Amino acid sequence: MLRKRFGRLAVTTLAGAMLMAVTACGGGGDTGATSASPGASDAGAGSGLKVGLAFDVGGRGDKSFNDSAYAGLERAKTELGADIRELSPAGDGSNRGAMLQQLADAGYNPIIAVGFAYEPELKTVAAEYPDVQFAIVDAGSVGPNVTGLTFAEQQGSYLAGVAAAAKTKTNHIGFVGGPESKLIQKFEAGYVAGAKATKPDIKIDISYLGADGDFAAFKAPDKGKIAAEKMYQAGADIVYHASGDSGQGVFQAAAAAGADKWAIGVDSDQAQTVKEPELQKIILTSMLKRVDNGVFEFIKANKGGAKGGQTVAYDLKVDGVGLSTTGDHLSDVQAQIDEAKQKIISGEITVPETP
Amino acid sequence: MRSAALQRAALTLAGAVVAVLLAFVVSSAAIVIAGGSPVTALQAMFDFGETTVAVVNAVTQMLNRATPLFIAGLAVAIGFRMNLFNIGVEGQYRIAAIVAAFVGGQLALPAPIHLTVIILVAMVTGGLYALVPAMLKVYRGVNEVISTIMLNFIALSMAAYLVRGPFAGGQEEGLTTSTPPLPPSGQFPNANFLFQMFGLPAPRGTGLWGFLLVAVLVGVVIWVLLERTRFGFEIRASGLNGPAALASGVNPRQMVISAMVLSGAVAGLIGLPEILGRTYSYGTGFTPQLGFLGIAVALLGRNKPLGIALAALLFAFLDRAATPLQFADIPPSVVSIIQGAIVLMVVIAGEVTRRIALRQEERRAAAGAAAPAPAGVNA
Repeated sequence: MLRKRFGRLAVTTLAGAMLMAVTACGGGGDTGATSASPGASDAGAGSGLKVGLAFDVGGRGDKSFNDSAYAGLERAKTELGADIRELSPAGDGSNRGAMLQQLADAGYNPIIAVGFAYEPELKTVAAEYPDVQFAIVDAGSVGPNVTGLTFAEQQGSYLAGVAAAAKTKTNHIGFVGGPESKLIQKFEAGYVAGAKATKPDIKIDISYLGADGDFAAFKAPDKGKIAAEKMYQAGADIVYHASGDSGQGVFQAAAAAGADKWAIGVDSDQAQTVKEPELQKIILTSMLKRVDNGVFEFIKANKGGAKGGQTVAYDLKVDGVGLSTTGDHLSDVQAQIDEAKQKIISGEITVPETP
Repeated sequence: MRSAALQRAALTLAGAVVAVLLAFVVSSAAIVIAGGSPVTALQAMFDFGETTVAVVNAVTQMLNRATPLFIAGLAVAIGFRMNLFNIGVEGQYRIAAIVAAFVGGQLALPAPIHLTVIILVAMVTGGLYALVPAMLKVYRGVNEVISTIMLNFIALSMAAYLVRGPFAGGQEEGLTTSTPPLPPSGQFPNANFLFQMFGLPAPRGTGLWGFLLVAVLVGVVIWVLLERTRFGFEIRASGLNGPAALASGVNPRQMVISAMVLSGAVAGLIGLPEILGRTYSYGTGFTPQLGFLGIAVALLGRNKPLGIALAALLFAFLDRAATPLQFADIPPSVVSIIQGAIVLMVVIAGEVTRRIALRQEERRAAAGAAAPAPAGVNA
């Protein structure tokens, strides 16, 4: 009797766990369907440029960070005739290093690792393949054949903070981050600094969806929705998210919260990448992180024979970060934003990187 | 008597094979829906590469994945054998891994002692963390499922705090954080000689993790403990029939505590293959979720060390296939579907074979009762 009940409990729990695993991979499901287009056969026919790209956990279809990287890769395909191959890691990220090896073994060169989590693995793999050029997004160079691509997220987020503070009617805004990592804290730090500089008495709610290292927090729209709902209910009217795929939940919460509630997107111009029209409407602006430019420029330079070893910083000065204007919601406060931007570029304002 | 046991074994094996086949049928349907071809998918999964080096690399990747899965399965199975549902393996191995990595990074000892200390620290930490739900269950009647789930959250957050705070060390400029690196004496030598013995080339990178041998040893010890000692018998007896075990003199409280602590101690080892064999520290990229996968592996392996080893290898094989599948333009989530389907089918097959075996037993008993002669050998 006990045994039977125990067995049932085991099966139910396991089924639940499996279900969760399947939903966690839901986003990744798009990968194969869409990536079926690039034919592997045009390797010889094209430019001979074979570019490999490894996403981080969260992968394709986040309509944000990873998709921005993919946009750069696709541009390389159309403009440079590159043969491209993109890979997503296992849900727990345990095969990051193996994926880089497999790309190198399959003859891909250059290879781009998307996400700072690749840093330790890339250090080893790059040393094993000295003839292959690598790039890593969000981290500095870790070897003579590695190009680092870093972005001044705090500067772009500062502008998002200025925009939010200038537009809020309740003097209350929010921030939803993915895992509480040093990277996402850069977004928070800039956002808070920008908002406080614009309205010193503004109230800012801050919430993270997971602890450092919990990459699943980039892939949890349900958690993002709950966190944002709380903020809107508490009176916030603009919520900025830096949480990858989880941002979908933030947008849903904004749309459900009623009139005059807004959300700010991240990395990609999310008013365009999000498919649902009712969610597009509530996106005030997006903090653009031009990973696509970084990836494309790296491939292009590499084709021209450039070698790695240094880190390229994309900041406001080179429009590596910025705010999107889709929907034209910011025209009334544009002057304020431009002023802040100029001050950052001139060095008058130094944006903090840690909260 | 012998033939009945043999028959049961054959039935179990047949059930497992049918389950795996059925799982592939279900998965094929999923692949077709996703717009791929099951044949291509199967080819991709068995594609270990063209050169010998590539094959060695692929096998290494698979074995390196199987090692922690096997240990996780063992840890879960120890609890399972006495109906203790230790969901807390996840938290136990995380907390054990970070403490062991930190302590190991602080010491400078001769290699064998250094490694032994790290392994012991991991086991003690895991065991102590499992002691909490065991005590709660024994003295306060708290269901271990609930307490271990809650303790998982605490362990996760605590590990995240420790790695950035008190236990932080090493490079501070990057975005990743980790404990101080292990000195060479705390790094487990690789087991590449297993390949070289057969005249094969050594795999790339950090090679085949030497901890594999420790895992095999742990598997053997657990098998002996569970199947060949009084302690193991008492664990199994408590699991099969608590009241009967109590009546025959088994102390249930003591059994709960020792089984739970043993499960936690083994869980403490799960993170070590990676830490001692590849990363040499506990960091942001530490592999999560192995504790939960251990539940599936233990179920699939029927809570027996040999079965768990096979289940771990099967899961590792499927996990490795995720990349070749993408090269073949098939979504890697197919792997999760196959894994889920296999576990589900195996559970169903297990129930079906159990019922068939039961019916056969009844028939045999009935035949034995009808005829005074001993039960037919060919039954």
